[in-house]
Amino acid sequence: MIVFFILAIASIVFSVLIVAQRNVVHCAMALAATLFILAVLFLTLDAPMLGILQIIVYAGAIMILILFVIMLLNPAAIEARPAAWWTIGSIAAAALFFQFAALLLRVPLPSAGPAVPDSFGGPESIAQTLFTDFTLPFEVASVLLLVAIIGAVVLAQRQR
Amino acid sequence: MIVDLSIVAVKAFIVIFMVLNLAGVLGWVERKASALIQDRIGANRAAIFGFAGMGLVNTLLADPIKFLTKEDFIPARGDRLLHTLAPCLALFPALVTFAVIPFGDVLIVGGREINLQVANLNIGILYIFGMASLSVYGIVIGAWASNNKFSLLGGVRGAAQMVSYEIAMGLSVIGVLIVYGTLEPQAMVRAQGELLWGWLPAWGVFLQPLGFLLFFTAAVAETKRLPFDAPEGESEIVAGYHVEYSGGKFLMFFAGEFAEVVTAAGLVTTLFFGGWQVPYLLRDGFHFPGGGVLSLAPLAVTILQVLAFALKVVFFCWLQILLRWTLPRFRYDQVMRLGWKMLLPAALVNVFITAVWIVLRQRPT
Repeated sequence: MIVFFILAIASIVFSVLIVAQRNVVHCAMALAATLFILAVLFLTLDAPMLGILQIIVYAGAIMILILFVIMLLNPAAIEARPAAWWTIGSIAAAALFFQFAALLLRVPLPSAGPAVPDSFGGPESIAQTLFTDFTLPFEVASVLLLVAIIGAVVLAQRQR
Repeated sequence: MIVDLSIVAVKAFIVIFMVLNLAGVLGWVERKASALIQDRIGANRAAIFGFAGMGLVNTLLADPIKFLTKEDFIPARGDRLLHTLAPCLALFPALVTFAVIPFGDVLIVGGREINLQVANLNIGILYIFGMASLSVYGIVIGAWASNNKFSLLGGVRGAAQMVSYEIAMGLSVIGVLIVYGTLEPQAMVRAQGELLWGWLPAWGVFLQPLGFLLFFTAAVAETKRLPFDAPEGESEIVAGYHVEYSGGKFLMFFAGEFAEVVTAAGLVTTLFFGGWQVPYLLRDGFHFPGGGVLSLAPLAVTILQVLAFALKVVFFCWLQILLRWTLPRFRYDQVMRLGWKMLLPAALVNVFITAVWIVLRQRPT
């Protein structure tokens, strides 16, 4: 429980840092830290496989590509946006927050969950669910990714 | 509880201590071996009362003192925080990866079984890849925080190279995972203790020869050493991502590189060369295929196994140093072509063939 609160507070702090900082690379590093802390949270929730995959895919691959793009484009510092966008964004975020808060308040706090079986969150159980109950969504997602890759190749070819 | 915790702490300390020490010794081996290969004398200037000790005084005493007492230079328009964070990010993944590499079988002391491995994760291989994927941050952040064109170029090259070779590395391991049917390094090493046709140890290199070549190539590329040192490329971009680093921070990059070499050697040993297995050595002694039996005490067996693991790791470290001083640097486009157009398809073919073979073998005939 103490570990959870430490991790939760740390993830909130880094999430705020993502949007509050002016330097883009600092924002990206804060995002990486947030993703890493989320992975540790998964580890504490008996889902080691999910945690490690979170590190490999998000912290290790996607964030590196984002950093790569930032370094290639090298935006020195983002100029201040017009005030209208700030207000619209803030209002939307506040509305979303109250929606979620209303939902969250209705959920009762679980005192102690049932003990999970040993195989919970292991590679076998994840593979079982993925390739039996969720075969169709899994395959559809892979086709979607393939379409995205082909699209990227086509766009890159056109620019030559 | 306290006993268990202290056992884990002792194991973690021993592993980090050995990895860092081996990394330091490798620095000496590299300087002397490169001299040997290039017909030079090598480090021999620093001496205490005329004793240079084959350059040991130079590399293990003079160099560290120099590194630690040098001015820590941060570029004026660089980023102070990230410039300091980057070397830590470079050293951290190389050191923690060794936690899941088993360096021996169980050791039984006073009725208590001690697994000779710091952390026994059932997804150990995935953990290794997770940590390996984090090692890119050190380069990218260090390169950016230096505010230097050459280092930025090195960082961009490094990020592209490491992301590319991670894919080839991951795919080349899948063959091994299919063959042994586990993600647990310790279980994998145990499976390699069996014999094929009664005499050949079932090591990964015999079952997955192509997988071994692909993995070793990708692992060398991940350490960013010759022939894959395009991110550093002294003759093109001065020293790449660590051009603006000096003193202790540079030492951390340097130690991180050698720790990566040790980790790569440990991984190759664990996945393809039987880890701590000695051929024909079971828990009660040698059982030779001809029928001869040589029984040994359990403690002697454990010591032999740990020694075998250390020997294999040292051999692969030496092989990487030999490679570095034998091959010239690839051009950057050649690095990318090798990764994406040769290693990746070959790894896919390897996965396909292995899967088909396993399915055919499991089908009742």
